[in-house]
Amino acid sequence: MKRREFLKNSALASGAFLIPAFLKPLEGIASEQISGYKHLVIIQLSGGNDGLNTIVPFGNDIYYQKRTSIAINPADVIKLNDMQGLNPNLSALKEIYDQGWMNIINSVGYPNPDRSHFRSMDIWQTASDSNQFLTTGWIGRYLDSNCQNGNKNPYTAIEVDDTLSLAMKGASMKGIAVQDPNKLYQTTREPFFKDLVHEHDNEHLSEDNLGYLYKTMIETYSSADYIQKTSKTYTVSAEYPATPLGNQLKTVSKFINSGLQTRIYYVSLSGFDTHVAQQNQQGRQLKIYGDAVAAFVKDLNQTGKLDDTLVMTFSEFGRRVEQNASNGTDHGTANNVFVFGGKLKKAGIFNDAPNLTQLDNGDLKYQVDFRDVYATLLDKWLDVNNKLILDKNFKGLDFI
Amino acid sequence: MDNLKLIKHLYARAGFGLCFPDKKSAEHLSIRKEIKELFKASETNEPLNVVQENIDYMKLLTGDMLAKKQAIQQQRQQEKDLNLAWMNRMSTTDAQLREKMTLFWHNHFACRTNNAFYAQQLNNIQRTYALGNFRDLLLAVSKSPAMLQFLNNQQNHKGHPNENFARELMELFTIGRGNYTEQDIKESARAFTGWGFDKNGEFKVRPFQHDDGEKTFMGKTGNLNGEDIINRLLEQKQTAAFISNKLYKYLVNDIPDPARVNEIAEVFYNANYEIKPLLEYVFTVDWFYDDKNMGNMIKSPVSFLVGLNRQFYITYQRPEVLLEFQRALGQVLFYPPNVAGWPGGRNWIDSSSLMYRFKIPSMVLDGGLIDFAGKTDPEDEAYLASMRNRQSAINTKVQAQPDWDKFLQNVPKSLSKTDIAQFMLEPNLSATIENAAGQSADIKTLVIELVSTPEYQLC
Repeated sequence: MKRREFLKNSALASGAFLIPAFLKPLEGIASEQISGYKHLVIIQLSGGNDGLNTIVPFGNDIYYQKRTSIAINPADVIKLNDMQGLNPNLSALKEIYDQGWMNIINSVGYPNPDRSHFRSMDIWQTASDSNQFLTTGWIGRYLDSNCQNGNKNPYTAIEVDDTLSLAMKGASMKGIAVQDPNKLYQTTREPFFKDLVHEHDNEHLSEDNLGYLYKTMIETYSSADYIQKTSKTYTVSAEYPATPLGNQLKTVSKFINSGLQTRIYYVSLSGFDTHVAQQNQQGRQLKIYGDAVAAFVKDLNQTGKLDDTLVMTFSEFGRRVEQNASNGTDHGTANNVFVFGGKLKKAGIFNDAPNLTQLDNGDLKYQVDFRDVYATLLDKWLDVNNKLILDKNFKGLDFI
Repeated sequence: MDNLKLIKHLYARAGFGLCFPDKKSAEHLSIRKEIKELFKASETNEPLNVVQENIDYMKLLTGDMLAKKQAIQQQRQQEKDLNLAWMNRMSTTDAQLREKMTLFWHNHFACRTNNAFYAQQLNNIQRTYALGNFRDLLLAVSKSPAMLQFLNNQQNHKGHPNENFARELMELFTIGRGNYTEQDIKESARAFTGWGFDKNGEFKVRPFQHDDGEKTFMGKTGNLNGEDIINRLLEQKQTAAFISNKLYKYLVNDIPDPARVNEIAEVFYNANYEIKPLLEYVFTVDWFYDDKNMGNMIKSPVSFLVGLNRQFYITYQRPEVLLEFQRALGQVLFYPPNVAGWPGGRNWIDSSSLMYRFKIPSMVLDGGLIDFAGKTDPEDEAYLASMRNRQSAINTKVQAQPDWDKFLQNVPKSLSKTDIAQFMLEPNLSATIENAAGQSADIKTLVIELVSTPEYQLC
């Protein structure tokens, strides 16, 4: 890995020194296109994933005392150090972890946590304070700031889904939802639709709402064309599990490897609200997650894109430390966040395992503000000052 | 300006759009008489009563696994029934203005509850007072179990005040940000201590939990209770201005004109917060019919769907499809994104929601497959997690039945295709639409195309 990185960097550096003429025609292209276009892939786990049964604190007796019937047996835990280990359903991620491609950040949350799904999801997606209501998402605001620098393409951020999440909506710019590039393309090529687009193509669009609707329509039309034409040039050869998440990540791989000029991808997996009979339900979902992510990371490594890709996984909250009476867990607060990539500055477990004795009403206290995670991604990966997006400045972390 | 255009505008904003059968009568009435008719049709107030049982959620907490699963499913069924009952009401009622205003208050007093019985109760409060007095409405909402629960007033006790309700009351329901202090919130939270409800859903003031000490709120001192706080807030003209601004954005234009908003606020305040005089003023004042205020507002997803239903008399063999549409378009009734409600306007539109708006009409009117799935609401996760085999609605038939005969019968024979196009769309026709209208094979093809245009998204 290191050797490959060295070769790549030095090749570029020498190229720049020795043959400046070669670079001349490329001046119009942003430098990142030469050095590799950086991608951020966000995977949202909806419903409040139980972080304690995901990254299991098997070294802490309190965990077993509080979870008499749903704790993961120490023998089954895939141990990462002498305190924490992976849920056995995440076995596929062990290899990824061992390669130094995975980072686990414990106890991520925010002050005055909200235990309602929709409110907490709103807070994570808009990056707001817990008593603040924002109508734009944090990625949307990144698009807004990008737009001021002249990038007005909706496909800068793609959600592989049928509908667009609030996270992806900015004030003037929005990402685009694409479940299937062919389907989107077909839809925009219906004859009547085409007529409307072409008749308005060259007209000066007004600033009013009708102009806005036509603008959105025309952008969708051209984005659909670009995404379909670009992505069809690449066929994913790696094997992916036949699950919806597996297919979505396979689509992301296709997009990345075909050279689509997209910086952010967003996918979600739901089914984590495990109030009842948690073990089987969460186990199924974790297996879907771990298998799909492992396939994705290995695929990107094969194609040489892992160094240019960062994957971040979050859920709107974790769950209570103590299990409930129906072999499940109820809504909690702080949770773990996972980061994957080929170029992590810090791999492995980022910070201490959650403290199970100092609780806030039976819930974990957060140690890391989720906006410090976002700030890190914004500052160090997307090259934008996080204050522009998060309203106030966050210090960030040093995992990349 | 031609009378039909005015009346179309009135119905687009005060209702869910003018339909062909109303066109004839519309042309013979003056706009003033038409406004009278509109209010008259909304005099009836019929509550929704589809949710009959108040499920005991204590059972859910203490019951065994099977009982819990059943309760979750029953709860979901009730939520679905309630949503569809309201969609059906809006799609068929003559009391358009009452329902359109109920929808406004539904968003103004945005609330979520997993108890459909309480959600229905709150919805009926909003319907009852939709055209009544704002003070009555605000009081009834503040005493409703749905809102007391949603904004944690059940946990607001003497000595341990919970400020959630007090804060939203000021920030979102009455006076707006910047017009109160943190001290006002603290003091008013104390005034609302003890407001709660019993297990039958009856409002109760619990004297032992109520803080009856002295409070100072917006310059007034005394042993103030919740009603005193509400009265004090309504004494402030700013409250009338705040509500008027929001109504202006709902009925007139996305971009508020401060002078016009002031005019309305003046009427509202002087009418002692009666809603009807405010609405009458808006619908009769000349600037409501200014060019810049016509055909330029983006329909909410619910208005869009209801408008289609009303124009084409659509019946759904599988009414759940209306929920799928709401999800795909980004507005599920009773599921506002947060206590601030749906932001509306251009926020409704992104690439995918716009594509669905273009697609849905032909799916419904021309028999089609649903080939997309809206996102699950975060609150549905518990239900999803309890279902081992999740069924997806993708590639199921819409199974909707428009009444084409009735529709076509009501289109006057004398109308040209361009006339039809101008009737169906609120903005002025562009050359493209006029051309397309002229070239379309028949009226049926024409109207399906018309309702699949950007212009149709506006009202």
